This record gives sequence, C-alpha cells and structure tokens, in this order.
Amino acid sequence: MSSNKKYWKSVEELDGNSSIVEALRNNEFVEEIPTDEFLGNGGALSSTATTRRDFLKYVGFTTAAATLAACEGPVHMSIPYVVQPEQIIPGIADYYATTVFDGFDFANLLVKTREGRPIKVDNNTMVGAKFAANARIHASVLSLYDSMRLKEPKIAGKTATWVDVDSKLKSSLADAKAKGGQVVLLTNTLASPSTEKLIAEFLDKNPNAKHVIYDAVSESETLDAFETVYGERALVDYDFSKASVIVSVGADFLGDWQGGNYGSSYAKGRIPQGPKGNQKISRHFQLESNMTLSGAAADKRVAMSTANQKQALVLIYNLVAGASIPVTLDAKLKAEVSKIAQELGKSGSKGVLVSGIQDKNAQLLVLAINQVLNSESFTTVGTRQIRKGSNQKVAQLIIDMKAGSVHTLIMSGVNPVYSLPNSKDFVDGLKKVSLSASFSLKEDETASITTIAAAAPHYLESWGDVSITRGTYSLTQPTIRPLFDTKQFQEVLLSLNGIAGTYYNYLKANSASIISGSTWNQVLHDGIFVGTIPTTAGGTADYSGAATALAQSKGAQGFELVLYTKTGLGDGQQANNPWLQEFPDPITRVSWDNYVTVSGADAKKLELSNEIVANGGLNGSYATIKTADGFTLENVPVIVQPGQAVGTVGLAFGYGKKAALKEEMQVGVNAYSLYKGFSNVQSVTLTKAGGEHEFACVQGQKTLMGRGDIIKETTLEIFNTKDAEFWNEQPMVSLDHKEVQATTVDLWASFDRSVGHHFNLSIDLNACTGCGSCVIACHAENNVPVVGKSEVRRSRDMHWLRIDRYYSSEETFAGDNERKENISGLSSSLSTFNEMESASDNPQVAFQPVMCQHCNHAPCETVCPVAATSHSRQGQNHMAYNRCVGTRYCANNCPYKVRRFNWFLYNKNSEFDFHMNDDLGRMVLNPDVSVRSRGVMEKCSMCIQKTQATILAAKNEGRAIVDGEFQTACSSACTTGAMVFGDINDKESQVAKLVADERMYHLLEHVGTKPNVIYHVKVRNT
Amino acid sequence: MKKVGYHNSITRKLYLSLVLMLSLSLTSYAQDAAPAATATPTASPTVSSGGDPVKGKEIFNTNCAACHKLDAKATGPALRGVGAKYEKAWFYKWIHNSADLIKSGDAGAVKIYEEYNKVPMSAFPQLSEADIDNIIAYTMEPKAAAPVPVAGEKVPGTDGNAGGISNNIILGALSLVMAILVVMLVLVNNVLRKVAAANGISVAPKEPTISIWKAFAKNQFLILVSAIFLLLASAFFVYGYLMQIGVDQDYAPVQPIHYSHRIHAGSNGINCNYCHSSARVSKHSGIPSLNVCMNCHKNIAEVSDTTATEEYSKDFYDKEIDKLYKAVGWDKENQKYTGKTEPVKWVRIHNLPSFVYFNHSQHVNVAGIECQTCHGPVQTYEIQKQFAPLTMSWCIDCHRKTEVKMEGNEYYTKIHEQLSKKYGVEKLTAAQMGGLECGKCHY
Repeated sequence: MSSNKKYWKSVEELDGNSSIVEALRNNEFVEEIPTDEFLGNGGALSSTATTRRDFLKYVGFTTAAATLAACEGPVHMSIPYVVQPEQIIPGIADYYATTVFDGFDFANLLVKTREGRPIKVDNNTMVGAKFAANARIHASVLSLYDSMRLKEPKIAGKTATWVDVDSKLKSSLADAKAKGGQVVLLTNTLASPSTEKLIAEFLDKNPNAKHVIYDAVSESETLDAFETVYGERALVDYDFSKASVIVSVGADFLGDWQGGNYGSSYAKGRIPQGPKGNQKISRHFQLESNMTLSGAAADKRVAMSTANQKQALVLIYNLVAGASIPVTLDAKLKAEVSKIAQELGKSGSKGVLVSGIQDKNAQLLVLAINQVLNSESFTTVGTRQIRKGSNQKVAQLIIDMKAGSVHTLIMSGVNPVYSLPNSKDFVDGLKKVSLSASFSLKEDETASITTIAAAAPHYLESWGDVSITRGTYSLTQPTIRPLFDTKQFQEVLLSLNGIAGTYYNYLKANSASIISGSTWNQVLHDGIFVGTIPTTAGGTADYSGAATALAQSKGAQGFELVLYTKTGLGDGQQANNPWLQEFPDPITRVSWDNYVTVSGADAKKLELSNEIVANGGLNGSYATIKTADGFTLENVPVIVQPGQAVGTVGLAFGYGKKAALKEEMQVGVNAYSLYKGFSNVQSVTLTKAGGEHEFACVQGQKTLMGRGDIIKETTLEIFNTKDAEFWNEQPMVSLDHKEVQATTVDLWASFDRSVGHHFNLSIDLNACTGCGSCVIACHAENNVPVVGKSEVRRSRDMHWLRIDRYYSSEETFAGDNERKENISGLSSSLSTFNEMESASDNPQVAFQPVMCQHCNHAPCETVCPVAATSHSRQGQNHMAYNRCVGTRYCANNCPYKVRRFNWFLYNKNSEFDFHMNDDLGRMVLNPDVSVRSRGVMEKCSMCIQKTQATILAAKNEGRAIVDGEFQTACSSACTTGAMVFGDINDKESQVAKLVADERMYHLLEHVGTKPNVIYHVKVRNT
Repeated sequence: MKKVGYHNSITRKLYLSLVLMLSLSLTSYAQDAAPAATATPTASPTVSSGGDPVKGKEIFNTNCAACHKLDAKATGPALRGVGAKYEKAWFYKWIHNSADLIKSGDAGAVKIYEEYNKVPMSAFPQLSEADIDNIIAYTMEPKAAAPVPVAGEKVPGTDGNAGGISNNIILGALSLVMAILVVMLVLVNNVLRKVAAANGISVAPKEPTISIWKAFAKNQFLILVSAIFLLLASAFFVYGYLMQIGVDQDYAPVQPIHYSHRIHAGSNGINCNYCHSSARVSKHSGIPSLNVCMNCHKNIAEVSDTTATEEYSKDFYDKEIDKLYKAVGWDKENQKYTGKTEPVKWVRIHNLPSFVYFNHSQHVNVAGIECQTCHGPVQTYEIQKQFAPLTMSWCIDCHRKTEVKMEGNEYYTKIHEQLSKKYGVEKLTAAQMGGLECGKCHY
C-alpha cells in the first residue's frame, strides 16, 4: 500500500497561500528563460539576413563538415632543434641550483627543467642550504607562466622600448640634479650584496638620491630593537632544534613570523628521541590571539589578546630576569603564564622565547629574556638579513612626496598603492612626483599609475645573489630565457650608473671577493657558498625601562584586530596564482577567500554564525569592520574560529587585489587598508552586516569526537611509561568467537610483495606542522587541475593530497576519548555527542596529511567494473585513466575519500580559466604525467613516475638503488621530516625502520585495507 | 588517427602534381646549367697531365675527397680542371707542404690561403710526384654530361597516375562493349518479336509463379538463417573496422625532406644511435637536430651516382640535400652558415597516445633490444613508415615472451635471485618482473 505521507522540500511549501510556492510549482526553471526577449523582438528577427531555412542549412553543412573533418586524424609535427644545446636531451630533466628572495619568502632551490622549461622547484639539499621552500615558493614556478604578467615596458600606459625607458630615466635624473629634486629608490628588502653595491654606487653618483626599504609586512619594530642592542639591522636566526622549552608570545614561527622557515629545526626537537622509556621532545607553549600553525603545534596553547600578551611578556621577564615590574593580568592567566615562565626559567640555556608583538619594547624584552637564559637557540651567529624595512623612512617618503620634494621615484619589487594602509596619500604624492617608475612582474596597482611600468623578469629568469643570513652567499640563476621583453632592475641601474656590460658580469666580478676559496662555477653549481659566519656582538639596553613602558601600554578599544599572513597567499604577491588561491588554509580549511576570524563567544554576542547548507557548502555572516579613525571595511565574511582569543578578531593580508588579476582571483578584502602605522594590532568595532557569504571550505569545524582510529594521540608521560598497546591500541575483531587483532584477519589471499620494491610512505604526526608545501609540490608534480571556488564549494576539489585538520572538544584529544568512554545511557550519549561535536574555545589541533593509502587490500579495486584501478606488487595502487569509464564506484567504496573525479574538462576549457586554459600556463605541466580528461577518476599515484624514473636510472647505470633515492613529490617537499618515503623490502632503509616503530599505525586499521601509507602516533608534551 | 589509405590518395595526388610541376622546372634548370658546367673542362683541353686518371681517382678518393670535390666548392676549392691553372712543380710543392709555399710568399698560394679563410691544407708528403700526376689527370677528365631528362621519359613517381589512366581506358572500353552488347540484345529481341508478330505466332503468356523473394519471405527458417548470417557477417566487419581505428601500421607520411634511411642506415651503415643518440638515455629516441646532419653533410653536398634508383634520381636527392642546407642556413657556395634557419617540421610517424609512457632507454640501453625489433628493417626503407601496430596487445605480447637481460646489471642481482627461486626458472620474462601491471605504462 502506498503511503499518503506528505513530503515537502521547504517549510515554505507548507504554507498554502505563499506566492513563491505557487510560482515555483508552475515554473520549471526558477530563473526566467529569456525566450520572450529574443522572440518578441520581431523587427530584429525579420530583418536578419539569415532566414530559418538558411539557418537550418548552415546547421546541416557545419555538422556534415565537422563529421567529415573528424574522419581524418590529426597530423602531429615533430620539430627538432636546428642546433641542439649540448646539455638538453629531450625527455631528460635538468636541475639548476638557484635562490629565491622576493622580499617576503626565501629559499635555496633546485629547479627542475624539462626541454628548457622550469616545471618544478625542489629543495636544495647541499650542505649550508638550510632554507626550504614553503607552499608559496613551490607555487612560484606557476607565477612564471602567469598570462597576466607585464610583457613589455610601458610609458604612460603605452608600449615602449627599453631604450626609451633608459633615456627617460636618465633625463629625469639629470633634471632632478639640475632642479635639486630628490631621487628615491623604493625597494623591498634586497639582501643582495651586488645590488646593494649597485645602489651605493647610484647614491654616490646622485647625491640627491636616497634608498628607502619597504617591507609590505613590516618587522620594523623587531629590527629597531635588535639594532638598539646589537647595532645591526637584522633578525635573529633561531635554532629551535636546540631548545627543550619553547615559549612563543604571539609569534607564528611555523608560519611567516620573521620570514618563517623554522619548520625543520622545530620538528627536529619534536620527534621523540632517546632511550626507550625516557624519550624526550621539546615542550612548546604558545600564547596567541589568532589560531596559528604554531598554536596548532603547541603542547600548551593559551588564547589571549595582544594586550594581555604584552603583560604576559613582562610577567615572564619578571620571573626569568628577577624583576618586579607591576603587571595587570587577570588571575587565571597570571597563574598560567607564571607556570610557563617558571618552566622557561628552569630550562636555562635549553629554553627560548620568541615574540611576534610589533612593539620595540616587547622585542627588547625578548632579547633580554633570551640573554638571561643564555639560550642556545637564540644565536647572533649569522643573523637573518631578509627584513630591513623602516617604517619611519617610508612614512617620511610619503610626507616628502606630498610636499612635492620628490622628483624621481624608482620602485622595484614593491606595490605600495596596494599594500600601504595610507595608499591614498601615496597616490596623491605620486601625482607630485615628476617621474615615477615601477619594476614589477605585473601591471599592478602601482605600476599602472606610474609613468613607467618597467616589466621585470621573474626570479627564474634572473641573475642575482642573496645573502639570506650573514656569512652565506647564494646565487640566483636564470633557468629559462626571459619569456617577455623584460629587464632586471639591476640592468637598468647599471645603465644609469654608466657602467657598461651586463649585470651577470657585474655580479660575477663582485662575487669574486665574497666567495674566496671557491670558484664562480662551483658556487653556481651548489647554489650556495658558506664562508666564515660572523657573530654579531651583543650589547644591552634599558630593559627594565622597556618592560615598564610595555606594562603600561594600553589595550585595544572594542575589538582587537590582529592582522596576519595566510599560508596560501602570504603578502599577496602571487594573488594571481590559482594553486595558491585554491590551497585551503591549514587552520580554517577555507580556500579562495580571506575572512575575519571571530571567537565563538563573540560570534554569539554579535549574532555572527557559520552554517553548513544543503549542498555541503559553508555559509557565513558578513561583518563590517570599523577602525577608530572611521575607516570601514564592509562585507567581510566571518569564520567562527575555535581557539580565537575572546575580544580579538583576525584578518589576513594578501587578498582584495584587483589589478592584473584574473576575475576569479579577485577575491577577499584588502587587509592592508587597516594596517595603520604598520601595526598588526588595531582597535576596531565589529558589526553584523546583511547577507550570507558562500565559502569554499573543504572541512567543517567539527571535532573528531574521540575517534582514535583516525588520529592517535598520547602524552609524553604515557608514551614513556606505558606499553605501546596502551597508547597505540590495535583494533580487535572476533574470529571464531575469539578476539584477534584486526590485521590478522584477511578476506583475500595476499600476494607476494617480498620481491623487488615495496614502497611505503611514512607520516609522522609529531613532525607535521601543516605547512602545506607537500600539497603544492603535489600539484606541480602531478598536473593536478584547479577547479575554482564554486566547484570547491561543491566538494569537487581535485587535491590528491589534503591535510586534514582535527579539533578536539576537550583540552586534549585524549580528553575527548575519556569523555566518550564515560557516556552511560542513551540520553547522556545524545547530549554528550552533541556537545562534543563543536570544538572547544581552545581546542587541541592535529594535522593529518591524507592521500591515497595504496591499500594492499584496496576496496576501490574490487568494485571497478572495468578494472581501471589495480594493484602492483610494488605497493602502488594503479589508476589507468584511459580505462576508466567514470562509474565512481571506487570513490564511493574508498574509506579514506581520496579519489577525485573529473566532473569537467579542466584543461583548454574557458569555463575553468586557470593556468591550464592558456598556452603559457600549460608550460608548467609535467610531461611525464597524463593530463586527465573529463569523466575519469584520479588520485595519488605515489608519484609512480618518480619511482619508475629512479628504477630506470639505476638500471641504466647498472647499479643497486640506495636508500633515499626513492622520493615522492610530497616527501621531498617535506622538510620537517614528517614524510619519509622508501622501499620496505630494503630492510636497512629509514622507512623500513619507521614501519617497525612502536608509534606506527594505519588509518582505519579495523577496515582491514592494509595500507602502504603509515602514520605515527602524535605524542604531546603536555 | 589518420586513415592511411585516404590520406595517401588525396595528399599523394597533390604531391605528385607538385612533383610533376617541380620536375618540369628541374628539367629547364638542368638544360640551362649543363652547358655552363661543361664549359670549364673544354676551356683548356690541351694540357696533358701524363697521369693515369683511374689511379688518380683512387688516390683522390682516399686523400682529397674529405675536403675537395671535383665540381663544387667544399672546404677547399673545386678541383675540376685545376691542372690547367698551375705548374706541375707548384702542385708538388703545394701538396707536399702548402704551409711552406705560403710562407715563401708564392702569390698563387697566398691567394688561395686568403680566399679559403686561412685554413691551411694538410701536407701530404707521402704522395709521390707520380701520384700527384695521377690526381691531376683525374681532375682533368671532362665532366660527364648531366643526364637531361628526355621528354616522354618516365617522371619519378608518376607511374601510379599513368596506371590509373590506362586502367580507366580499359574499364571504359569494357563498359562500352557491354553497352553495345546490351543494345544489340534488345534490338535482336525486338526484331524477333516483330518477326513473330508478322508470322502470327502468339507468344504464350508465362505461368504466374511465385517470385523468388516471396518464396523466400515465406520460408521463415531461411529468413532466420540468413538473418543470423547477416548479423554475424556485419558484426565481423564492424569489429574489424573498429579494431583498426587508431592503428596506423604502415603509416608513411610525406616528409618535408625526403630522408632515406636506406641510404644512411643501409648503404652507409650508420649506426641508429649516431643520429638518434638520446634513445640510449631518454624516453625519446629524438629526431636529430640539424647540426647532427651537418656533421656529415657539410662535406656531402650531393649523392653519388650509384645512390640514385630508378624511382629517385640523383638530381632528386641532391635537391633534398639542398633543402637541408636551406633549413640549417648553410651557404654551399661560400661554405659558411648564414644564420638564417628554418626548423624542419617533420611529420611524426609513431604517435603513442599521451596516456602511454614509453621509454626508449629502458628498451635500447637496459634491455639491449635492436631498433629493428619494433621499427622494422629501417635500413631498407626509402620512406620511413610505422612498422609495428603499436597496440597494447603488441606491447604485452612482447613483454610476455621476452626474457629480461639481467646479466651484468647489478640492479637485477637481488631481484633475479629472489624471482628465479620463486618461479624456479633461470630466465625471467618482463611479465614476471611485473611488466604487465597497468601503472607501469599508464600514469
């Protein structure tokens, strides 16, 4: 009997009188189809030269022609070189060591080129090259092929030649000299010995000139503090591997704090080491307002506003240095901070304190505390040179410009119109500058209004040198001929200085004195030269005065807005890079957006909310941010962020760019407009605005609810004192009424994998900081398509490798477990589970990179009707794209949800106007990996193209393979040591030892899939 | 993928008409050039060298031909008729040690030295004066008259067309005969009827019989059988048709330069790896860049008379070499590069789909497979074609049968030991090594 139940799609439908329901019921399409508009225009229809019959004829002819044309296949041409360069063999990759420093990010790189095209950046592993590529640098290779780049120099918006640019600059300099006007070079931090020499020569030749260094995201206060004490404008290069207690007061050192790049030294101290039962890891305290990567990695995180952090810093100073400056901090926080300070004090030279508070006094205290501790991690040997900007000088420049005293302004590597908080003042000032030039990759906000838009080459097309830390010298070399009619800033400076020859010659000549003991070719080959590393001699300052001043500093009025840089876009230089736009933020898991992060308590108060809607997408309220001086930023989307300190909100830089950006990339709001006085902390008021924002978020804010078979976590104490069975529980199943380990039960006969190679990938949850380098490296290696915001919102992202972020509802994951265990009764379980679902105010966070687990008993393989996915004895789960018919059974049967379906054709399709839709962007594609078409499934292949290449190289050379040769894109990008790849049939390999480790577990072990990806239990030092 | 037959018939016709046009122009050019060429030797026929031209040719080919040609400039000047230009004694000195002669300030010697970019000629002290006489005698031989194509002679490659025309004529004649026969039969029939009518004989009307089609339609068994037969037959042909889609065995496209593997790999025995050098190290065998061609062709501006075949004349081949010179920007007259290059757009013959990974070095270097195994007897191909079907079954068959060459390769030591124990065999096939797994070639 059929039921007469009434089903409804929305509550509205139940209301019989609703006009909307009536309209919807009658209309098949919600949106009106414009047929009337088209057919109603009778005049236009009858006056057209094409009659209906003609139209049908055309349709017939074109169809017939297309059919005929399809009968003959395409003829492929093969065009060899006329003269083949000796070092290029088609099909063989060449690697060049180079160095990148774009004013924000820096790394020592090895660039992979194929047939003359750079297609991927890897880390340079030479001794001394310690700075590894982050996600943005991995993506920078795509920015080289950005179709929106400035392709030739322009003068007043019109295409010009470099000769014109040169003469225009020269005559302007002469004019400035004659009139006594100021000449200003405004650049980012260069850290380049030869460019600095060039600029010095320029200043010598033009006495009326000065050089202003401007960092979009300022570290000026820190630099000032260090300069006061040590007499050098530089930053400390911390070594976290030597610390056993790390206290960070608002410093996201795993993110971009002071240039970042601390992941590898930090992770060294995070993997348990030592004799069994007494293994040690460092202890990490984080006091912060926004939830950052460092906060996520911390053993103990205290959420507090920046105002409180300042007080906390003074309190720590009091306790460590034995001072007694009065602090105002509420009792609970005071107790917590005191405990941390005591532990830091006890650790002595094994302790280190870092701070991200943009306040000179605070930074002086950091120096003071580390000096008192005599910290081993805090060293002034080889200071970092990568930030030099001065807030005062930039402010003075704008005043000068507005006063009309700047005659010529030459900029390089900066975009002040976009990144200055008072960019309007800058634009006004620019109008009074007689000639302005901007060396830029893009015709960005600044270059489009300067007299000369000078097309600068990408770093992969340039010569250069960088001294990232004192005593080291790295070279930047071109890996491809310039794609466009570009010229380096240095080349033009040479010409302005009247020096003949190229910058290459200048660089080479200049390097001779620096690289004594080595040769140019050797340094070029290695990419780095390590000389004698000087120590910056220490001094002291009025620390107690600084502490007193800091203790008296006032907190924010209203909300405290903390500005930060996101892992994806950083300072926003690469906003037109689709890989980075689609990269989900490690913490919020939101892509294609920036947003204001609000704590749960504040959100409730302001009635701001996030909710998941029917199609699985995340929606959020809009808020209006208003600063004290009346500036408002409207319609900022809101993310309710667990762990956000109450009373604070966060907003990321780098978004809201409009110039030289594809339409899809013009997302977010410009946070620089709130960056008043280069202070990352601002007083704002927040009000709810109307409307709902649609986020492209790939993971909800829910918690793991104690499901320990996904993330296994324990504390150091338990880890050291209890057996592995206790903290790394093996799932049990019943077999013949006996309880046995799930791994011993097998539905299938296993097949022999003891011969040849058997690959395993090991992921240590202790070392993973969620930095995302692996995600972008995977994109570059495997031609992973970009699908755009609306597709990501529909959960159709194509990332082969994702980094899941899990929250806990208790203070710890273990706490979740305990609470789950203690549930008794149905009603209690319902209510408890409901509570556990939402993350707590200060949750623990864990990152877990998940890619295809390459199960030995893969559920996907058994359901494929066409055997498109099959298993190899090397442990890799194969995916034959050409065999796949797109049933998606495999994706449905995959317990790890790692299979990705090509819902559309993502290449050469104008609907997806990203890099794969233009000829230039397609140059980044890896020729060894198929570009997938519509309707096929894809997934992580464990970089089979790389393992096969390694095997072939060994066969060609007739030798056995040594451990470490096998790499995947993710494992070679991972510098924290979290990902290790190798052959477990080689019993001596690192990965074979990791498989045997007590901390090893498989994801969802009870399912019995026997994956070839292994994880290591996270151990927290709480 | 291209339908080979179609492609050939259409493009070949176009090409042939082009060849026809070209050959007409060649003819006229040859006629212009011939008298000029023969002029030189006749200018001074009186000089008698007193040597043996046959011996001279032998000595010339072993010692001089690397830099000199008889009728064209190479590294050194063209030597036809050179005996008339200098004294014999001068030749002896020059050939035994040209540097000395230049140093001595001999006007003629210095002039040549200057003219040829100050590249000194190697000294040949081993040549006796008699040898030199012989060489001079050889250089004084008059040039054989260029073969002028006689009108009506078969133009290369036109026989296909000619055959087509004659076939058509025969077919036309046959059909004409048939038509005449039919007309005659009808006429005869008419006449017979008229005769019958005149004689008053009435033709008996035919018994109304069931037509064969109706009979067939009534026999259901027959219908069933023939329907099944038809279905099976059409399935057979449809399957056959579908299976050859994208299989381009014997695909032999017309290339921008007529490059003959027969001459290079066959007659001259050049190793495949000399030109396709990356086959040993890379996934691509590599089409040689033009500088590789010029390693030899800097000195080989024309083919020898014996190279020409019935189908392709010497003249034809020489023109092809000229195409190379044009592409690489080599000025034959002045023996130097002009810098004006036009990369050659070869038509790719072996087109593996992009989802197949194939690596030459694996097969050539590691496995030591002969190129001919997959590419056929290339050394006999005048026009390169796709020898193998390049289908997956073809790959797999080979992987099933072929024993992996493991000796002397340290990579295989451990794997061989383990696998031979497992399978109990000494030799292992690629399939046993895992060479049939999908992901080994598809990623």
